[in-house]
Amino acid sequence: MDYITLIQLLDSTVRLATPLLLACLAGLFSERAGVFDIGLEGKMLAAAFFSAALASITGSVWLGLAAGIGASMVLSAVHGLASITFRGNQLISGVAINFLAAGMTVLIAQDWFAQGGRTPSLFGGARFEPITLPFAKTVEDVPFLGPLYEELISGHSILVYAAFLAVPLTWWILFRTRFGLRLRAVGENPAAVDTAGVSVVGLRYAAVGIAGLLCGVAGAYLSTALQAGFVKDMSAGRGFIALAALIFAKWRPWYALWATLLFGLFGALETRPDVIQSVIGIKVQGQLLGALPYLMTVVILAGFVGKAIPPRAGGEPYVKER
Amino acid sequence: MTDTAPAIELKGISKAFGPVQANKDISIRVMPGTIHGIIGENGAGKSTLMSILYGFYKADAGEIFISGKKTDIPDSQAAIAAGIGMVFQHFKLVENFTVLENIILGAEDGRLLKPSLSKARKTLVSLAEDYGLNVDPDALIQDIGVGMQQRVEILKALYRQADILILDEPTGVLTPAEADQLFRILGRLRSEGKTIILITHKLREIMEITDTVSVMRRGQMTATVKTAETSPPELAELMVGRKVLLRVNKKPATPGEVILDVKGLRVVDSKGVERLRGIDLQVRAGEVLGLAGVAGNGQSELLEVLGGYADGTGSVTLNGTPLDLSGKKSDGQSRRARGVAHVPEDRQREGLIMDFQAWENNVFGYHHDDRFNSGMLMDHAAIRADAEDKMARFDVRPPDPTLAAKNFSGGNQQKIVLAREIERNPDLLLIGQPTRGVDIGAIEFIHEQIIALRDQGKAILLVSVELEEILALSDRIAVMFDGQIMGERAADQTDEKELGLLMAGITDTENEHSVAEVEANLARVGGDASKEV
Repeated sequence: MDYITLIQLLDSTVRLATPLLLACLAGLFSERAGVFDIGLEGKMLAAAFFSAALASITGSVWLGLAAGIGASMVLSAVHGLASITFRGNQLISGVAINFLAAGMTVLIAQDWFAQGGRTPSLFGGARFEPITLPFAKTVEDVPFLGPLYEELISGHSILVYAAFLAVPLTWWILFRTRFGLRLRAVGENPAAVDTAGVSVVGLRYAAVGIAGLLCGVAGAYLSTALQAGFVKDMSAGRGFIALAALIFAKWRPWYALWATLLFGLFGALETRPDVIQSVIGIKVQGQLLGALPYLMTVVILAGFVGKAIPPRAGGEPYVKER
Repeated sequence: MTDTAPAIELKGISKAFGPVQANKDISIRVMPGTIHGIIGENGAGKSTLMSILYGFYKADAGEIFISGKKTDIPDSQAAIAAGIGMVFQHFKLVENFTVLENIILGAEDGRLLKPSLSKARKTLVSLAEDYGLNVDPDALIQDIGVGMQQRVEILKALYRQADILILDEPTGVLTPAEADQLFRILGRLRSEGKTIILITHKLREIMEITDTVSVMRRGQMTATVKTAETSPPELAELMVGRKVLLRVNKKPATPGEVILDVKGLRVVDSKGVERLRGIDLQVRAGEVLGLAGVAGNGQSELLEVLGGYADGTGSVTLNGTPLDLSGKKSDGQSRRARGVAHVPEDRQREGLIMDFQAWENNVFGYHHDDRFNSGMLMDHAAIRADAEDKMARFDVRPPDPTLAAKNFSGGNQQKIVLAREIERNPDLLLIGQPTRGVDIGAIEFIHEQIIALRDQGKAILLVSVELEEILALSDRIAVMFDGQIMGERAADQTDEKELGLLMAGITDTENEHSVAEVEANLARVGGDASKEV
């Protein structure tokens, strides 16, 4: 494998890791506040559709992004209503959101565009175009560093940069702000927050809202940046891989970056079987790589790679007690 | 006295939960700079009253005055603003946060943490000086003992500038030494002008520290008296409405042959920590061996191994035949077959299924008995009849076998478990915390049942964190500390003081010991104790 192939592989890793990273951080906010969210998948899918649909209709990708975020946040609000206000089962609510999104997106797509449940292909201003960072072309020919900058660092859509910046931002919010302290506390012991005179419900809605925002961006990225338009079930299990990454990352922002990059690398390798064959000399089935994130998560959960302790109050609706 | 307004005055507070009148027309005045005790049985409405004062519940009727000013307390925020701080029975702390983080939570100064943390650190130093409340601000809650955690709760209230401090059953989880320490702190708080409300069901604590005391019974305030002008028997009578025997009436024991013989029993928990470090003890027929100790010193593990649901090494024989400790050939079922009955420490988790009805709970563990089965099916009629019979004889109220376990009071839940375990005529009864969360009337009944079983010639191993209970019921007392037996005493030749020192791991009980020494010893095992609670 030569250097350029490696760069290309990593470039593809970054692109595939971006939606995982955004969804993973979405899950991180929600679960750190004690609300399990297996509806990441559904929210992403709904966002992917509404982004592509609005971008296609208006020709503006920014309106598309706003619509995607809006759709995802509506589903978040449903999840919040079911699991925070009405203290329902968070897993059931999440499953319902996934089914709702899977069916609803195709149904509306068919009704609006009559193209078999997809949106028309997006082009021009209806897509997030790659951004060429300054001097990318100038340094292209510098050995080693040139391709690294030109291929790997430059040339991604703005959402990719946003996703990577979201990591330090998330860390800062969680561990350096009052909001973060309270958010983590409410996921560990909501009674402590309640007796301290802070609203448990308010904090949890805020967390679920942030999760909706991030899932919205992830979904918009899928249909308007990674691909050009919405197709049926295009989230393709990324929401679940993001959950796996969240466990892998032990609910920590920086670990989430590494976990999603790793899972992104598996995804990139899946499309380049020739690379694997040339490196290890054996032909590996692509499906096996697709299954690796899940297998690794099982290994993590079995406690082989240190203990992953979830937020203590996760999944539990808060009921006041004496 | 008429010049100063009371720190707290409640007028005509009433609160109902459905048909249950938890608080009925309660009025109370607490003067500033005093310690006011509120005593009453479980379910008398003490906690409800305090929850109203702290904004957890809204009263149906009545008014609250703080320092003479009528105050509405719709939520905890309002209570904190009114200068009320509450130390709950079950601490409201975030386990994996530091002490400092727990203290500022909800009382931060701005959006960023750093300034709040450094301000809290300074405040903490001065609070430590003012009240003798020393804690390590950077320790994680999960790493410090229960006594320390309680201090953090008090500091949390003081950091919010509380002038009124409510403590709900504060000594339930403390050793006698830790409780003394707490009382010293409370005394100091009082001398600094703070007002303290102490909720407890322990008469001794009321007598020791309070200035005035209010007694609650069935949702009503039956009396408020000056502590100096009352006595424990009088208070006990006010609590239950009749005279209570604080001592159990029992004949001297007539121990027979050895039923349970434990030699060199060791247990290692899942984290590799040795929880039992070579236990030797014997229980004879017709005697009660009381096992005293602070929670978390191995008593639970001992009960679990003997009960058949934890593994250990060493030798345990029952009626001269060895019991399997490896977990391979043993479980609760096989232990019962050998004549071991077990009333577990945590009846709500291990003794009952709270959502199941009483008659179903009545047969757990004995559901394979022929008399409860006909062919392949369970004989519901027989089980119900059996449940009704037991409930009548054990005075379970209400005597309704179709009521879910969770709808009975603590005492009645315990009677259901006790009836199930005793009625099978076991050779050995393992019983943990028999009266935890049980009201005085039921305590008396449960104690009588235990003694009656002893008098039938059964062997009883009693584990309790209530020293008074251990002293009242036991014939011999063994004290556990850090997975070992520190010593054994005849019940009529020892007292709380001696046992308290043994509980703190000090065997040389003749000499005077400094509080620091006791604390140092407790701190060593404190981490374990906190997890137990």
